[in-house]
Amino acid sequence: MIKKRIIPCLDVKEGRVVKGVNFVGLRDVGNPVELAKRYNESGADELVFLDISKTQEGHDLMIDVIRDTAKALFIPLTIGGGIGTVDDIRQLLDAGADKVSINSAAIKNPELIKEASDIFGSQCICVAVDVKYDAADEDYYVYTHGGTKQTGIQAFSWVKQCADYGAGELLITSMDHDGVKEGFDVEFLKAANQLVNIPIIASGGAGESGHFVELFKETDVSAGLAASIFHNQEVEIQDLKARLEDSGFEVRQG
Amino acid sequence: MIGIIDYSLGNIQNIKNALEKLEKDYILTSHRDDLKRCDTIILPGVGHFGETMKKIEALGIKETLIELAGSKRMIGICLGMQLLFDTSEEGNAEGLGILNGEVHKIVTPLPIPHLGWNTLKSSSEFLNDKDVYFIHSFKVNNTPDVIAVSEYGTNIPAIVQKGSVIGIQFHPEKSGETGLKILKQAIEGGFQNEYYSGYRHH
Repeated sequence: MIKKRIIPCLDVKEGRVVKGVNFVGLRDVGNPVELAKRYNESGADELVFLDISKTQEGHDLMIDVIRDTAKALFIPLTIGGGIGTVDDIRQLLDAGADKVSINSAAIKNPELIKEASDIFGSQCICVAVDVKYDAADEDYYVYTHGGTKQTGIQAFSWVKQCADYGAGELLITSMDHDGVKEGFDVEFLKAANQLVNIPIIASGGAGESGHFVELFKETDVSAGLAASIFHNQEVEIQDLKARLEDSGFEVRQG
Repeated sequence: MIGIIDYSLGNIQNIKNALEKLEKDYILTSHRDDLKRCDTIILPGVGHFGETMKKIEALGIKETLIELAGSKRMIGICLGMQLLFDTSEEGNAEGLGILNGEVHKIVTPLPIPHLGWNTLKSSSEFLNDKDVYFIHSFKVNNTPDVIAVSEYGTNIPAIVQKGSVIGIQFHPEKSGETGLKILKQAIEGGFQNEYYSGYRHH
């Protein structure tokens, strides 16, 4: 049977890993290749690198990071951040990325999802969706630019559209939960998962092992993603996997 | 020497990385004379079946591959495995026909693509119960040469072998140390005479 995936996310800026709380107040937690190696050894099922550089130099450094990481370890790498064109995707895949995650560019031009899936295969096109609850409207909306810009697009409708355009996977981040460490947004994730027939990676809110147990109990999502709790070793992936196994979930062994 | 076929379509960097880690010499090529000099040929992994077959025909190596399959070790990975078979629903195209079977969209109640780590079931102790990384939406049906399968709401042929020809549906180059061992075994001798009795044809 397919295993529930545990995915550390490394926010990379100018070639270094950083992670902020609620995307504000960035803090340097290390060298990406070293961190990637540590995760490979500790049983991570996959890694996501999110490039938050804004410069061309940052982009070039990211290609080096992917290249060095793909040479050092042999687990899947997903790269996101600042991907705007088919050419960007090609460069990242050529450097050793297994999947790319598109965010703002897909919102600007949903055809990019289709175009990229047709060229590279939908299996390597992941769409990242940042969502936030609007209490006044009693609905979830899609945000861009690190959760600062509301797009006016309803999140459930966008999730469905991404799948229709040919995305192979969705990485859904609940902005209200991100960095708060009080658990995933199981309500949204459960409903989103029922709308589509592609794998979903849940992100935002993990603070302890129990939150992953809750996520997989309450929803049928395929994977759980977190950053700082893994980087700071508040949660060890092996302990988390043992906990999931005790709760009846199948996880990958070493 | 291993020849990795370069269709100029998909990502082959990770196969190269894995072969370097395993200290295997390789060349990247799309020329028939180079392929004839190699003792092992690898058909790598990602892309669209129909488009890739067109590319193989345009490169003029379709017949070469069919001819060399009898005398060389040939390893198809993911899409590369599917290309070894008769036909595919992806692009309604003919494959190389080196192995018997058809490629169809996976029919399962579970999400598609079949993406993530899944367990191999095999009569071979070396393979059985090993977790490996899959990422695909199509699978081979009705093939007699199954060495290992994975369960995903349906039976997915994970490794096939007939003589010196091996197909691997998952990505051994992305399946950690386990994957590297399997890739090494495929290059150095394969998994023959270990046909899996638990395989169902659909």
